[in-house]
Amino acid sequence: MTAGKDMREDRKKGAEQGMREDGQKGMEQGMGEDRKRGREKDMQEVHRDMEKDMQEKVQEYNEYVKAVTPKHSLWKNMLQAFLVGGLICVLGQAVMNFALSRGLAQEEAGTWTSISLVLFSVVLTGLNLYPKLAKFGGAGTLVPITGFANSVAAPAIEFQKEGQVFGIGCKIFTIAGPVILYGTFASWALGLVLWVWQQVM
Amino acid sequence: MSEFLERSHTAGTSGAASQAVGRQSIGFTRPPAILGGASVVGSKEGDGPLGHLFDRVNEDPLCGKSTWEQAESEMQRQALALALGKLSLEPGDVRYLFAGDLLGQIIATSFGARDMEIPLFGLYGACSTIGEALQLGAMAVGGGYAGRVACVASSHLGSAEKQFRFPMGYGNQRPLSATWTVTGAGAFILGEGEGYVRITGITTGKIVDYGVKDSMNMGACMAPAAADTIAGNLEDFGREPEDYDRIITGDLGAVGKEILLKLLRERGYDIGRQHTDCGLEIYDRKRQDVHSGGSGCGCAAATLSAYSLDQIAEGHWRRVLFVPTGALLSTVSFNEGESVPGIAHGVVLEG
Repeated sequence: MTAGKDMREDRKKGAEQGMREDGQKGMEQGMGEDRKRGREKDMQEVHRDMEKDMQEKVQEYNEYVKAVTPKHSLWKNMLQAFLVGGLICVLGQAVMNFALSRGLAQEEAGTWTSISLVLFSVVLTGLNLYPKLAKFGGAGTLVPITGFANSVAAPAIEFQKEGQVFGIGCKIFTIAGPVILYGTFASWALGLVLWVWQQVM
Repeated sequence: MSEFLERSHTAGTSGAASQAVGRQSIGFTRPPAILGGASVVGSKEGDGPLGHLFDRVNEDPLCGKSTWEQAESEMQRQALALALGKLSLEPGDVRYLFAGDLLGQIIATSFGARDMEIPLFGLYGACSTIGEALQLGAMAVGGGYAGRVACVASSHLGSAEKQFRFPMGYGNQRPLSATWTVTGAGAFILGEGEGYVRITGITTGKIVDYGVKDSMNMGACMAPAAADTIAGNLEDFGREPEDYDRIITGDLGAVGKEILLKLLRERGYDIGRQHTDCGLEIYDRKRQDVHSGGSGCGCAAATLSAYSLDQIAEGHWRRVLFVPTGALLSTVSFNEGESVPGIAHGVVLEG
């Protein structure tokens, strides 16, 4: 890895190239059109080569950085996500079973489960406990509905200081916004596919 | 200092009485002094290895205010007031204030300096800001434009996270290369004559961009800039790393440190023995869960004030190169796919 040195040398080379170009301009005026065009083509190629070199340096440095940067252990992360995500789902199942045992219909019980988990997540967010849970559980806390609730509650708390309209109002969906937009769009698109399928079959 | 004046190859200067040295440095003929400094930090920094050295530890992250931004301004005000108080000075005794922070339109500075009524130069150099402030302050004093100036920089975990990353309550996993923004501020009073530490030279950094786009790996973004400034300093002054007892970078963290040492080795400089990083000094990485280390304007500023200056003043270190580092990212440039350019400013401190 010699990005530093090479980059400096490249820059120097670039400057020299520029100087040479200036000197050549006078000569070129006396040249035939064809030769001039040919030379411009050469210059373009040189520039292209320089850009390519630069890209290679950037790529080389990035690869080096990647090699020296420590990473979380994927297996440990997956295990923790499985544990925490699983526990959240067990909690949801418990709420569901309780609701069903109280005689609620399947759909109503499902709604109550979602609402309970959202409340659970929002309360933990308010108490600043959800970030600690997420640090351990990773995607296990992100994927269930609790992660979604956290991503809405956290900006609401943070931006409350900037007012009800420009603070909470404008910024409450800064994290969840993309999920809402593209989630809605994806369900619409799939609905369209289903409808077309049904018409054809 | 006269040896530097004889060096004729200074870039873009008229020569003769110039204090410019080499391509990007200044060697002061009458070195300005750091008359005094003060540091203010939050509770996590107070709990760290340097905790007992800071002048003030605010246990309340809001510093008695109602927003993160106000809290950061309050820390700037506290740091400057403490620094002035140590020297029994009034704000009116200071001719210029060079100050900056990480927030958009440097609002922590605008509101922190509001009641001081000191003519202000507001600066932005990301986490390298205190280096930029000390350089300009030293130039103002060294050039005879001011008898006394103040230099201040701050950062706050809450305001920085809110602006650059996610709201505090949002749960996510930070990569191991990520750094922890220091809640803290440092203030320095510079002046003519005898102080406890002198600024004998400066090396102003240029923007160096090796095309890293990962804003959660700022050490890798800034290390090339730090290497460039350190090499520039050594070349301009004709020194070797051994001429410095310490070379102290701002907030490269563990990842950035490794890269810096390697980049400088490739340029023929081994600074392994001298190098320390404020981001690695201010926290106990094993105990305090800060991943790669500390970062932010307050990291270098508070560490220099609380720890490094005293080491120089007490004679443990004779000559030090202080190089705060900045990652010049914005959420806009990041979202638009740009890389994260780095900058680093060198300040030569001598006892």
